[in-house]
Amino acid sequence: MSDTVLYGIEAALNGLMTGVMYSLVALGFVLIFKASGVFNYAQGVMALFSALTLVGIQEGQVPFAHLINAIFGTNVQNFGWEVPALLAIILTIGVMILFAWLVERFLLKHLINQEPVILFMATIGLAYFMEGFGDLMWGSDIKTIDMSMPMLGLPEGLPQGGSFMIEDATASWGGDGFYGFFIDRLDITAAIIAIILVITLTVFSQYSKTGRALRAVADDHQAALSVGISLRTIWVIVWSLAGVVALVAGVMWGAKSGVQFSLSLITLKALPVLMLGGFTSIPGAIIGGVIIGVGEKVFEYIVSASWFGDAMGFTMNATENWFAYVLALIFLVFRPQGLFGDKIIERV
Amino acid sequence: MFYREAGDFKKTYAEDNQTFPLRVDRWAYYLVLVIAFGAVPFFINNWWANAAIIPFLVWAIASLGLNILGGYCGQISLGSGGFMAVGAYSAYKLMTSFPDLNMFIVVLISGAITALVGMLFGLPSLRIKGFYLAVATLAAQFFLVWMFNKFSWFYNNSASGQIHAPTRSVFGYEVTGATATAPAKYLFCLVLVVLFAWIARNLTRGRIGRSWMAIRDMDIAAEIIGVNPLKTKLTAFGVSSFYIGVAGALFFTVYLGDVEVGEAFGIQKSFLLIFMVIIGGLGSILGSFIGAGFLVLMPLLLKYIMAEKLGFPTDIAAHLEFVIIGFLIMLTLVLEPHGIAQLWRVAKQKLRLWPFPH
Repeated sequence: MSDTVLYGIEAALNGLMTGVMYSLVALGFVLIFKASGVFNYAQGVMALFSALTLVGIQEGQVPFAHLINAIFGTNVQNFGWEVPALLAIILTIGVMILFAWLVERFLLKHLINQEPVILFMATIGLAYFMEGFGDLMWGSDIKTIDMSMPMLGLPEGLPQGGSFMIEDATASWGGDGFYGFFIDRLDITAAIIAIILVITLTVFSQYSKTGRALRAVADDHQAALSVGISLRTIWVIVWSLAGVVALVAGVMWGAKSGVQFSLSLITLKALPVLMLGGFTSIPGAIIGGVIIGVGEKVFEYIVSASWFGDAMGFTMNATENWFAYVLALIFLVFRPQGLFGDKIIERV
Repeated sequence: MFYREAGDFKKTYAEDNQTFPLRVDRWAYYLVLVIAFGAVPFFINNWWANAAIIPFLVWAIASLGLNILGGYCGQISLGSGGFMAVGAYSAYKLMTSFPDLNMFIVVLISGAITALVGMLFGLPSLRIKGFYLAVATLAAQFFLVWMFNKFSWFYNNSASGQIHAPTRSVFGYEVTGATATAPAKYLFCLVLVVLFAWIARNLTRGRIGRSWMAIRDMDIAAEIIGVNPLKTKLTAFGVSSFYIGVAGALFFTVYLGDVEVGEAFGIQKSFLLIFMVIIGGLGSILGSFIGAGFLVLMPLLLKYIMAEKLGFPTDIAAHLEFVIIGFLIMLTLVLEPHGIAQLWRVAKQKLRLWPFPH
């Protein structure tokens, strides 16, 4: 095989892994959209907030330290203890459940029966609120996530860096300039976790009582109410689940690029994934993510290559910003409900 | 007591159909116009013009545009930032290619170019609806901003990649560039705002506006009674993008002067604009103005209170601003999902009866 093709395959493989990371965010969207019809723009910010909370708890930061210091002129920073990762994760999940309850109690409850666009706007407001709140609470400096959990056999934390195994195994495929595929071990971990997450969620929604209630609510709010399912409880559960998914996405992305403001922008990466996969399908979120991830990496690889420049007279770069959207847009023109979305049937 | 229609007799259809049927409303409207044109230009200084009044006027045009699309035709668009960039870059290319062109013409042609681009990106709306469309319009946002960064023809190969508005004048008065005076800039924007608000009001209550609303309320029913969805949706996208393009051109030429496309016309601007429309009130001309005023003035006020009065460090003030804006958006939606314009409508109903209960 020629090196050009091999590098192309490497780009595709990396795209595959990135795509799985996009799917992690898209999953949270699908969960909430299915159960409450709310298009939750705040999902990305929830990932940021949960990752910030996790790091904050682990390092024993005093919440709102900066604000307290500014108002009272004190200088508090740290409680002076460190919480083990596993306990911190459990505490963070608790915070996300509390958050879900608060959102239901103070926001969603008042917006029942409003038009979808109003609900969407409310979640953008929520995203703004959370973004500022998270930074106020835990400070806005870039943090690194330390996931070392000796109890679970992860003394080093999440695996990082290129996988030598894959690199060595594939190095002989190409010529002298080719050193084997470079694939981040973190991406592989993320892919495995995503698969576990999807299986767990599917099993949960198919075989547990709560899961059945969730599906009933997703099908028809009124019918679900009439058989005695409490909408408000279901919403709290769904938002908590989305919070947990956000935590997983936040940890993965945070381990990749540091916990910082730009984490909230992954929402924008997840939106085309959703369009492609359909807003209501969990497998759709995964497959959409993979298509987008592979597509944008391969497209970028092709249009920025020198042979493309020779043939076309120009090259392009940084196309990742818009490629996903344009792909999704073109795709939607032919299939308006996405790959796996529910068919939109209109009757007069 | 003072706000009532008793004694206000209409003798012709024209009188009956006027925008402000109540005498008090009409007077208030004329009074606002007289103050805006006759008094404000003599008192306006650079600080007020640059910090509050000109951004307000520019955003008012933009939110009128988005309201036409979102509020009247029911198509949600998140690509406004990209369309504003089209207006700004068209204005830049026109200003540098034809230095003698009157600024009014520059702005209007920029609007027309944006309208064409908007109609192109509006084409998918015939197949895609609701949220899918909203997300699809993000394609315009990201693609356009990327394009203006990528191809150096758009910024005349300048080293920094920024565009800079040269000094241009209208009827001998400079309105762009560093030497333009505040009153000239203000009046230039004001004329356009009044003109476009007037056009928007009359478009939305005529045949075109009614066909927009028919599509918004139920597209299939509208189609059955003979509204052509292709024509209707595309005119909505066209007119809306025209307004947004004009706003983008003004935003760049009169307000900012120097523009880096990713920063000035990023996704944040699209959201800001849609907040203005929602908070002001979907499907209301007055609402567009209220929304623009609210979201231009409130951050200004917050900044003033937190930085000047309370002496918070700037990063805390910035975070608190996010928290407060987000909170206010949620609060407005919870209290009145139809925006502040709806509050005003309710208040007017109450005023008609006041001080009697029935």
